[in-house]
Amino acid sequence: MSTADLVALFMHFASLSPLAIGGALGTSPEMHRYLVDERAWMSHTQFVDSIALAQAAPGPNILFVTLLGWQAAGGPGALIATVGILLPSSLVCFYANRLQAAHRDARLVRAIRRGLSPIAIGLTLSAGWIIAVANDTDWKLALLTVAAIVVFLFSRRNPLWLIGAGAVAGAIGLV
Amino acid sequence: MRDRSTAPASLAELFITFNRLALHGFGGVLPWAQRVLVEERGWLTREEFVELLAFAQLAPGPNVCNLAIMFGDRHFGWRGAVVALAGMLVVPAALVLTLAILHGQFAQIPWVQRAVAGMAAVAAGLLIATALRLARTQPARWLALGVAAFVAVGVLRWPLVPVLAVLVPLGVGLAWRGAKEPATR
Repeated sequence: MSTADLVALFMHFASLSPLAIGGALGTSPEMHRYLVDERAWMSHTQFVDSIALAQAAPGPNILFVTLLGWQAAGGPGALIATVGILLPSSLVCFYANRLQAAHRDARLVRAIRRGLSPIAIGLTLSAGWIIAVANDTDWKLALLTVAAIVVFLFSRRNPLWLIGAGAVAGAIGLV
Repeated sequence: MRDRSTAPASLAELFITFNRLALHGFGGVLPWAQRVLVEERGWLTREEFVELLAFAQLAPGPNVCNLAIMFGDRHFGWRGAVVALAGMLVVPAALVLTLAILHGQFAQIPWVQRAVAGMAAVAAGLLIATALRLARTQPARWLALGVAAFVAVGVLRWPLVPVLAVLVPLGVGLAWRGAKEPATR
């Protein structure tokens, strides 16, 4: 891949970054259009697998962009894509946060904190719900989700063992 | 409220903590951010976590990365923001790239697919439970906004940006009016 292509790759992700409200996954159709349909830098299967793998693996789901960069242009692509998708949005977040922190006690900033907090909780609930509906294709998987909710709400124990149990239950065919 | 939370001692502790919570995040990091930062370390109260999360969600970019930036900046300035974000990304990125190289051979194996589905079922449950746990920080009448966001985005699958364009001004407007009342903080 030429330097011009790497610059184009960077610009693609950097231009989507400020639009990624609620996470970058919402902009993935545009990534697909550009990377698969227009540039043919990867296949549809590689694209879809990258998203699935980043979601299952530990770490922020934004790492699917790292994988897309890697599929497109190897190591340099992975680095360029990651910086591209994160840099603009991170700068916006950084300075917006400093602005609100400097005016912590202003009426508007207090109103923003108060008004946004319940919305943030509703969106978090939505994210969990959407994953559950898409993933839990039978009653056993749904039961696993419900069990995770109950254990996490009512137990102080580290729920990592439950994730491991879910993986094992899947692997040996219990769910 | 603030005086109940403590602070990370050093940039190294910040890096290690964000690295660890990211590496626990199979299927999503947010439940682990809540668990580690609030329940284990006591670096944020639940109320503070919700407030940071609210800004993190409204700003463009991944919620948990924004959370790391804001939290790091709060304690160590821009260096803290960079270190917390790097802590969350560097090792998981190396890991996910390694998995991607192996993935070509393993992805199509049925038991691997079912293992991932089992893990994702638990991860979804953790995210839902985290939301329910955080909901306890909110006065009941404010939760109506959260329910509205959930129904619109989660159940009806309406696109996020138009939903926020309605709910955010509504929530902030209601809070702006309420901010006058001496009873609210």
